[in-house]
Parts: sequence; C-alpha cells; structure tokens
Amino acid sequence: MTLSACIDGVGLLGPGIRGWQHGAQILRGETPYVAAPSVVPPAECLPSAERRRTGTIVRLALAVGLEATTNALADPAVLPAVFSSSGGDGANCHEICQALAGTERALSPTRFHNAVHNAASGYWGIATGATPAANALCAFDASFGAGLLEALIQVQVEHRAVLLIAYDAAYPEPLFSERPIPDAFGVALVLAPAAGSTSLARLAVELSSAPAERMPQPALEGLRAAIPAARSLPLLARLAQQATQAVVIDYLEPNNLALRIEPCR
Amino acid sequence: MTGPMKPLALTSFTATSCLGQGLEATLASLRAQRTGLAPCAFETVALDTYVGEVPGVDLTALPAEFTDYECRNNRLAHLALGQDGFAAAVRRCAARAGSARVGVFLGTSTSGILETELAYRRRDAASGALPAQFRYRGAHNTFSLAAFARAVLQLTGPAAVISSACSSSAKVFASARRAIEADLIDAAVVGGVDSLCLTTLYGFHSLQLVSRLPCRPFDAARDGISIGEAAAFALLERADAHEPGVLLLGTGESSDAYHMSSPHPQGRGARAAMLEALERAALAPADIDYINFHGTGTPSNDESEAHAVAAVLGSGTPGSSTKGATGHTLGAAGALEAVICALALQHDFMPAGVNTTAVDPALQVNYLRDNLPQRLDYVMSNSFGFGGSNCSLIFGRRGRGS
Repeated sequence: MTLSACIDGVGLLGPGIRGWQHGAQILRGETPYVAAPSVVPPAECLPSAERRRTGTIVRLALAVGLEATTNALADPAVLPAVFSSSGGDGANCHEICQALAGTERALSPTRFHNAVHNAASGYWGIATGATPAANALCAFDASFGAGLLEALIQVQVEHRAVLLIAYDAAYPEPLFSERPIPDAFGVALVLAPAAGSTSLARLAVELSSAPAERMPQPALEGLRAAIPAARSLPLLARLAQQATQAVVIDYLEPNNLALRIEPCR
Repeated sequence: MTGPMKPLALTSFTATSCLGQGLEATLASLRAQRTGLAPCAFETVALDTYVGEVPGVDLTALPAEFTDYECRNNRLAHLALGQDGFAAAVRRCAARAGSARVGVFLGTSTSGILETELAYRRRDAASGALPAQFRYRGAHNTFSLAAFARAVLQLTGPAAVISSACSSSAKVFASARRAIEADLIDAAVVGGVDSLCLTTLYGFHSLQLVSRLPCRPFDAARDGISIGEAAAFALLERADAHEPGVLLLGTGESSDAYHMSSPHPQGRGARAAMLEALERAALAPADIDYINFHGTGTPSNDESEAHAVAAVLGSGTPGSSTKGATGHTLGAAGALEAVICALALQHDFMPAGVNTTAVDPALQVNYLRDNLPQRLDYVMSNSFGFGGSNCSLIFGRRGRGS
C-alpha cells in the first residue's frame, strides 16, 4: 500500500535552525550547522489576550504552520490540519503537577485549558480562522511518522490538501530526567493531492521493516535522536537536495516508513 | 464536496463505566434509568461534587509482562478489554487479516497522568527527582494507552492516540475509517479510555464548570458537569464481509476557530460536523431517529448544541445526553456513547437523559426524560472538545431503513 502526496510548502524551526530556507541550506551542506538554542517567535497571529496565554510549544506549532502555508501560498483557513506531538506541553504539565502536589491545589483556568494535547490546534483555529477538521495525535517517539501517515491518508481519501504540523518542546526537570527532550523542534508540511505552482516534490510512503536512516552529520543526528519531531530530518534533507531519492525514516516498531521523493521541478 | 463513505461494521464492542462492566451491566443500568454518579470519594480529592467512578479499577494489577504500563488508565483499559469477548474477537480478526493489518486508534485526554501527580508528591527532598518507580513512557505519556492495547492484543499495525480533549474517542472512528478506506489496514481497534485524576477534577473546578449535584444536561437549572471515567472499544471491519449488525455510516469533523474552552454560541462547528456526517452517510436529517447529545450539562455547551441540532435536524428528533448516567468521561465519551448508540440500535430503545427534571424551555430540542422503546434505524452521536474540536458520528443497522 503506497500513500502519496505533493509537498507544497515546508515550515521548520529547531535548535540552530531558523526556518526552512536556513534549514535547507544546512541540509544541503551550503551553510555549516551551528548548535544554538531554538528561537521561537511570539504568536503575532493571535489577539493579544490569547497571545499572552501561549507557551513555547504552541508558539512553535503556529510559527512552523504559518511558514509552511506561506511557502505553499495556501490559505490556512481552509486547510484541514493534523497536529502531532510526542507529549504536548511538558512545561505546563510540570506547573500543574507541582500545584496539585501542594496543599492549595489551585490551578489557573489557562493552565488547565493549555494542558489539552490539542491546545496548539485550538490556538491555530483562533489565529487563522481555520474551521475544517483538525486532528491531534500522539505516538510517543513515532509521532512524526504517525502524523505523516494520518495526513497522507487524508490527502488520498479526501482528495484535498492537508497541513501537517509535528512539534515537540523541552521538558523541565524533574520530568526531563524521565523524558530528556532538550529543546523545541517543529516541522510543518502542506501536502496536496496534485502538483501545483509551489510543489517541491512528490512523496510516496510505504510501511517497511528496513532500518531508519541516520543523519551523516553528528550534530544533526543528535537532534534526530533526541527530539521525536526531528525524526523528519532525513526526509527534509532529501527535500532540500532536490534529487530523486529513497529514504527510510523512523515509525512505530516493528514498522518504519520507506519514502520516495521525486522533485517537481 | 464530501463523498459518501463505505459503511464499516462494529463486529465487536464493549464498554465499562460507572454504569457497569461490560454490555450486559451497561444495558441493565440504561434500561433501569440508573445513574452511576456518586459523591466524590476519589483519592484525596476534597471537592464537593459527584463523580462516575468505576469500582475496583485498582484492585487488579496488570499481568507481569505489562508492568511498565501500570497506571489507573491502563488498568481500566485492561478491565474493559476483558469484557464481552472483545480481546478474543480482535485476536480472531488479527488471525484472519494479519496482525499488521489491524490498526489501533484510541482516544484519551489524560492517559496515566495520575501517576505523575502522585509521583510529584514523592519527589526527592534534596534533588527534586521523581521516585525511581516512576515510568514516563508507560504511564504518563499520552500514547501509553495505545501502546498498551497494542501490546495486550498483539497487534503490529499502525497506531496512534488521538487526544483532542472530549472529542478524542469520537474522532478515532474517523481516522480508522480513512485508514481502512486507504487500504493501509483491513480493520481497526477504536475506542477511548479516560480515568479520574486530579488534573481534570481540579482543572474543571478552576473553570467553574463542575456541578455540586449529579449533572443535569439540558435542564433549566443545569449548572455544570460531573466527571466520570470509562473505557469503551469497538472493532471496525469492512461491512460487506460481515453478518448484519451495527454499522458506522457517517463521520463528520470540524473546528470552531472560536475559543479554547467555550463552544461557539451558535454551534457553528457542531453544525458543520453534523452536516458532514449526514453527507457521508448519504442520509437526510429526517432519517435520524435518535441523537445522543454531547450534553455536558454546562449552560453554554447545551445551549450551543441545541442551536446546532435545531438548525440541522429541526426540533423534533428525540435525543438525550447519557452523561447524567455516566458523567462526562472526557476522552472516553465519544466511544462510550458510540457503544450506547449501538446498544440502542440492537435493543430497540432510546435511552433517557437521567437527572434532568425540567427541560430548559429555551432549548428547542425533543429531550427524552424516559426511555422510549422504539425500532431505530439511524442514530447520531455528538462529541465536542476544548480547542473547538467537534465530531459527529452516525450509526445504523444493516437491512433496515431505506
């Protein structure tokens, strides 16, 4: 069973990676990778009251989502979206657990509604006016692969473009010791059934038992291994290189995803 | 724009909630119009409220090979998977189709977060570290539920947890439907499990959305939700290969794009979800015999939903919220209410909305305060969640209707 779609736009943000253009240069080897903390911009797209309520992980998802739809020349308001995160907002969860371990057990309403796994999806709707279906997935370390499958299935079955946003942010201590996600990494893809003016490549995906590929650069391999959303890096590298290529990325044991990438121009 | 879907058969299903373990107990409670809500005595919670607690969840540990998954949520899942021959039906299906061709799509909002809440009380005084027994992956992580179910059921196909608050385990039906239609899989285990924890009890309390009484959906005096817990599962397979039974006929999903924790006042997103479900089922509004409302019992949810239902189905379609009986089981609500709809179709009755004594005259709905025995062909179930996530499902019976 092969699932297929065209990639019309990419959004990317991570440690030392300041957007898709910058990331593509790094992945093509034109610019050296320099490790640095992720810089997640404020959510200018939200009304100020809502903007103040967002944490890093929501701002990350909004930033890469908007970069991808902008690059795809797509109207975010009409795109169904698939959000996938390996664990949601660890910082917010820490604050809640800390409050619940105290004697008062007083939670703020904002903390509570930000705790839902689909918080980024809710803010995305408020920011862009998007009313189509939005999904919010989790598959632990397989969350990028699970999100990619869900988005490709939607493109194939519903014959319409879909926005995928996969994103993870750092966990604070003491959770960090149990789940060592060191920093924010987000990737967004606009996936469409047919090639359009902005299409970068056609992607075909199958389940596979072949081992997942690692990144040749140790620093990038470090990111790939440490942050579930960065399991997308081998795909993004092929996309940046704009050559017909095959690659296997991580999914859910015992399956990986075998990808074939054919440039559209 | 939206094409009709190929119906899927619910070849096995089960539910465990405060109404009882398994279908027989659940059906008996529904027939008796009994509520499972009781004053909250959960853990150390000091809130003046009613909850729908499942008795005995923590009495049985998981089998030794699943120790890494120990948490209340997975214990509740395990309890439910053992009812009504569900796990055995999944194993037979996997033997036929291949374990890699059976997907797992489950909904939860809080997974095993209770373990983390408890672990935070036992942090090391010097280092702040969590106790050594704490297992993030198997307990806390949102995917833990699907990983556990996949391990217990020995399935190796695609899997995901869908976690969109209170629409989670309705939306799993839509994701499974698409994955089967795309031929990625032949069958899917869908469902939802959510269990009592302090985050939701104190969280909904902070939003002032919790009633001090057993919740009274659609009542003029309704004043909030009662939180419940439940596990409900269904096995979805292509309908053409199976005997008559309950079918999934339509799914509809939408987003409010309005507010994080309040529904759109006119039910804009709810309306879109219901219309899409009707379109996929190739049914007219008048075909729906019964609607299981999301009906949480908050003033704003029920008002918004009543607007949406009146706009799509009109005011005559009989409906009820079964949350007066079960409590709001959050990420399990969609699947639990899907199973209640399946029981209604199988046993020819519409379940009453219990606790509600005086239906709000401002809500233009035909609200059932008593069970109504009647042959049903098509039923709709609504589920809406925080973040403006809406899902509507339509179920029916093969060989009935037009």
